[in-house]
Amino acid sequence: MRPKGEISHGVKGMTVIVKTVASWVKVLIFLFGINIVLFGHLTPGGGFAGGVILASSYVLLMLAFGREFAEENLPLPLASKLDCLGAFMFALIAVLGVVFGGSFFLNFLFQKYLPGHALHLVSAGIIPLCNIAIGLKVGASLFLVILMLSVSCKGTE
Amino acid sequence: MAVFYVLMLFMVIAAIIAVETKDLLSSIICVGAIGAGGSLMFLLLLAPDIAITQIVVEVLGLIVMIRATISRDLTFITGDREFFGTVVSVVIIFVILLAGVEILQGLPEFGTPVYAKIDGSPSQRYVQKGLAETGAANIVAAVILDYRAYDTLGEATVLFTSIVGATVILRAKSRKLVEEPDK
Repeated sequence: MRPKGEISHGVKGMTVIVKTVASWVKVLIFLFGINIVLFGHLTPGGGFAGGVILASSYVLLMLAFGREFAEENLPLPLASKLDCLGAFMFALIAVLGVVFGGSFFLNFLFQKYLPGHALHLVSAGIIPLCNIAIGLKVGASLFLVILMLSVSCKGTE
Repeated sequence: MAVFYVLMLFMVIAAIIAVETKDLLSSIICVGAIGAGGSLMFLLLLAPDIAITQIVVEVLGLIVMIRATISRDLTFITGDREFFGTVVSVVIIFVILLAGVEILQGLPEFGTPVYAKIDGSPSQRYVQKGLAETGAANIVAAVILDYRAYDTLGEATVLFTSIVGATVILRAKSRKLVEEPDK
């Protein structure tokens, strides 16, 4: 590690080796996060853990390339809109349970319309949709907080 | 069984170091060690969902906290502790410890499941009928998103509100640093 006075707080990023490797690894981490969110009803994981992994792929971009690059990639207003969209989708699925079924958060897709086959991707009704909504929400909101923390830090411009 | 006691001792020592050290960066790294020990414990107790969440949140939380403390000019805690405050805390902790020893004698042994032995308990029903009633192979996902989805809505709301609060508090400093397009 470089001595403390030389830590670049995000304007220029790190060396060429780190930047090259980070740009490949970021895609892999993002895909892994999507896998954990999407298959949350079959393998361990789910929305919360997958959302944090998605956020951490963008944090890797921010650490390797600098804050401006990560902010161009996913700007602040877009991140907050994605956060709100995820929360809204989750509440919408809950209300649709009342509309189609009769009780709040009823698993209406599994019990009435689309049972699917067990142990396949299309199964378990609303659970994968809820996982996607929660993953979107958690990922966007964690990236938003880290971006706000690094913007308000003294060394950046 | 001995592994659990070793991990617990590791976490307790890391917690003591995290509280007692004066360098902020060292205490953050000790908090990260606590999270790693906890994640390993959950993995050995056959709960991979919680282990994944613990390790990922701890790594990301560690990065957030390191980011938040390195930007400060002062990374050492200075100043002495008050004598009276320390004595009162020690007395209260001692009282709680006495009460805890009384209560802990009635609990089953460390590492054994309790509700799995009672017939007709909710956990038995979730395990036996979870796949048939919800269609999800992951019982944890079936519980948090079907049987107890209302609690997950509460948790998502708490997360959302805390992020909104953090964004509002941090926005005051960044108004001159970030230009935002008007909506």
